[in-house]
Amino acid sequence: MIQNIPLSYFLVISTLMFFIGIYGFLTRRNLITMLMSIELILNSVNINFVAFNRYLYPQQLEGHFFMLIVIAVAAAEAAVAIAIIINIYRNFKSIDVENVDEMKF
Amino acid sequence: MVNEVMFFLIGAMILIFSVLTVTTRRILRAAVYLLFVLISTAGLYFMLNYNFLAAVQLTVYAGGIVVLIIFSILLTSHLSERAVMAPLKQSLLSALATLAGATLTLMTILRFSFVPATGTDPQFTITDVGNSMVSYNRDGYALPFEVISILLLAAMIGAIVVAKKEKKIKE
Repeated sequence: MIQNIPLSYFLVISTLMFFIGIYGFLTRRNLITMLMSIELILNSVNINFVAFNRYLYPQQLEGHFFMLIVIAVAAAEAAVAIAIIINIYRNFKSIDVENVDEMKF
Repeated sequence: MVNEVMFFLIGAMILIFSVLTVTTRRILRAAVYLLFVLISTAGLYFMLNYNFLAAVQLTVYAGGIVVLIIFSILLTSHLSERAVMAPLKQSLLSALATLAGATLTLMTILRFSFVPATGTDPQFTITDVGNSMVSYNRDGYALPFEVISILLLAAMIGAIVVAKKEKKIKE
């Protein structure tokens, strides 16, 4: 643990980052920037896992493995999402969510 | 003292670049700001003395995912293009909702008193992490490791199949 820095500082940073990501997800209209907002959200959750592991249970490795799994899932998600985005671009010539409404009910 | 200055510097970088990531209208710049956020997060892990996690963050996130995102930006949009944002009313409502959520969460966090563990900090080496990852005894993570490997294989094949060009059907 870092001297003079309580755990709650880490939690404040990750909370603000999480809600900035949610704000981006709600206001962006471009699929790639929405994906970037999701990456921000996942990254803020990782900070929480690592800080809890360090401050509350320094003898164990749970936080490590949760973070590694989240990173692996994020990488897989980014790869599949980008494949889908490129396919959408090929079909619609645009990746704005406003234009991709063919299957909208 | 040095710790505090470093921590607040890294925290300020994370927050400023996160805001820039979601507000800038140039998509490529948003990706670069996202890269700065991820690198600052790796700095936070270095400060916590978790060198392995910081290395993973730098290689997989900052090195892999951001490069993938930049590639797809270059494939799908022109550099002169400006991103379209939501209409003003929707932006205001989203800002209001996120502010309310952030206030609620922050109040809850700051009211709770966490009790940090006491005693000496054990130093983990990369060997410990690796042994624990493939061990099937108690505190071993062999099953998640295998599940992740299958997930990555499935994601790889799926991404290739989805992004592949379809064959033209002869008429």
